[in-house]
Amino acid sequence: MSRFHFPAWINPLLPAVAGFLGIGALYYTGLFAYAVHPLTSDVGYRPEQPVPFSHALHAGHLKMDCRYCHNTVEVAAHAAIPPVATCLNCHQGVDENGQSPTVAIHVNSLKLQPIRESAATGQAVVWRKVHDLPDYAYFNHSAHVTRGVSCVSCHGRVDRMEVVEQKATLAMGFCLKCHRNPTPSLRPVDEVTNLAWEPGPGQENIGQEIAESLRIHPQENCSTCHR
Amino acid sequence: MASISLGSYDNTKEIPGQRAPLVTGDNDYQSVTDQVCLLAEKPKIPPAYFVALGISLIWLVILKMCIVHLLLNGVGVWGNMSPVFWGWPIVNFVFWVGIGHAGTLISAILFLFRQNWRTGINRAAEAMTIFAVICAGLFPGIHIGRVWFAYFLFPLPNTMLLWPQFRSPLLWDVFAVSTYATVSLLFWYMGMIPDLATFRDRAKSRVRQIVYGVLSLGWTGSARAWSRYEKAYLLLAALATPLVLSVHTIVSFDFAVSQLPGWHTTIFPPYFVAGAIFSGFAMVVTLLVPARKLCGLEDIITLRHLENMCKIILATGTIVGYAYAMEFFIAWYGGNPYEQFAFVNRAFGPYWWAYWTMVSCNVISPQFFWIKWCRTNPIFMVVICIFVNIGMWFERFVITITSLSRDFLPSSWGYFTPTPIDVLMLIGSFGLFFTLFLLFCRFLPVVAMAEVKSIMPDAQHRDPDPKTAEI
Repeated sequence: MSRFHFPAWINPLLPAVAGFLGIGALYYTGLFAYAVHPLTSDVGYRPEQPVPFSHALHAGHLKMDCRYCHNTVEVAAHAAIPPVATCLNCHQGVDENGQSPTVAIHVNSLKLQPIRESAATGQAVVWRKVHDLPDYAYFNHSAHVTRGVSCVSCHGRVDRMEVVEQKATLAMGFCLKCHRNPTPSLRPVDEVTNLAWEPGPGQENIGQEIAESLRIHPQENCSTCHR
Repeated sequence: MASISLGSYDNTKEIPGQRAPLVTGDNDYQSVTDQVCLLAEKPKIPPAYFVALGISLIWLVILKMCIVHLLLNGVGVWGNMSPVFWGWPIVNFVFWVGIGHAGTLISAILFLFRQNWRTGINRAAEAMTIFAVICAGLFPGIHIGRVWFAYFLFPLPNTMLLWPQFRSPLLWDVFAVSTYATVSLLFWYMGMIPDLATFRDRAKSRVRQIVYGVLSLGWTGSARAWSRYEKAYLLLAALATPLVLSVHTIVSFDFAVSQLPGWHTTIFPPYFVAGAIFSGFAMVVTLLVPARKLCGLEDIITLRHLENMCKIILATGTIVGYAYAMEFFIAWYGGNPYEQFAFVNRAFGPYWWAYWTMVSCNVISPQFFWIKWCRTNPIFMVVICIFVNIGMWFERFVITITSLSRDFLPSSWGYFTPTPIDVLMLIGSFGLFFTLFLLFCRFLPVVAMAEVKSIMPDAQHRDPDPKTAEI
């Protein structure tokens, strides 16, 4: 008579256990993939705006400087979204005498209808914010653009975008990567808004030189950004 | 009792030329198995067991309620307050980790040194180790404040590029304690497999047969299985041996690597390890004296086992006393006024009562074990061992609280006062510990039967008849 050693009906359950472990592995892989997927951090977010404003046309083709509209970027934490008045500098219609005080480009375009309405009523055009940091993270535009960090580092080639979309993850790791090693992202301060700028020949160490001349020592402690 | 009674045979006597028997009484293999299986198979459990389990469960529930209260309200429910941010939770952590040291020492180091008397007590000591490490792991886990971020203790890749500070002993501690818990658990479970198979073979009900059959992984007891088992056991013992020293060394680094006077001393690692073994053995004695009575194991966990443990308590207690003296000597000899202040403040400052409780419990009380009567009287040794555990808890209290409450800036000095939650959680952790231990006594083999049989005379072919061999 053979003694009882092990319930034999457990053995067919082993594939089930293996399957369970496999599902667990898949679950965690999926969780990890979800965490690092660009969509999780809103990369590729490109909302439709009330006015189909093309950065590719204005900043790229017409070579308008970023600071013409985002005029507070060098002096304030916030890079201003321009008021309707800024648009009207060029897109002003004619006055009652049929005279245009400045320039008049596409003054009757239907696409600019919300701008004209806003100018008449004083109601702001509700623009959708594309690059939105969490409220607990403090970011100062002026601290970066006046010290050789270009717009392109975080916003990408906006001068080629018909519709602005988020290119970088803007996750904490994205910030820290540059704060830990800033020199590859530095350029001469007057080239900050030149999104196409590349270090020329003989400028391989330019980041290092700028970091030394501007005494750039980015902070990594918590309270730098979480105030 | 006029004739030769093996039941009352005193195996603490040294007879020249003879090894003292480690199993007393008229025991053969069968009766050893019967005794060990008694509590697990008994249809009627002694009422004392239920009383003990009931009290433990009540305190376990209180602990759980305290933890819920803590989670809902934050760490402010404790007395931790500037400048003492490491209050009772960390004291309790170090205390429980220390308790957890006896198990691996008995199972690994005494195994490698071929100390046969370990066989009677190693299983219970290993179980105690695991339960103590569970209690220990609880406190740093809830001390972090936001428990739902506990995974941040481990270096996990994340989108914030944030890592724990690899230069901090607090991170080393996470690795040390988790490694220790894993290896102890493996060692305990693997050692239990042949005994679980015995439970399976003796099982009366189908459920028990299946449960123990699964737990014993289909152990057949073949020579091949034994050969592999013993190889694996030896390997695990070798792996576990450095852990006995490493875990409490790293726990002591939590203190010694910092710059605070009273903490920043090189004596901490050996002193903590000695203290850990000291408190661990005291806890083993405290548990085993009632457990051997409750389970009827007086012939297997004999007076000689208890006496040997008392000797280890005496040795390690004396090392701890030496370390206390040496700390004071170095504070004076080193000539550092801050260090001197820290130590004078420990003994004569606002926490003098804690310091002298610690000294009298840890240094004076084990010295009774020089006297043979004291280390062969179970009741007396339990009393001493309880004092030792009180003393060792106060040691951690003294180290943590006195140094923190008097740091470099007199303006930030303070006096630590625990809250009722602190006290309830400490007692509650004992509830958790005793609940686990009592369940262990009821459902698992309390003694390593297979190993005990290997040190009985007939296993060693000295004499085929155990009755004549033992005297």
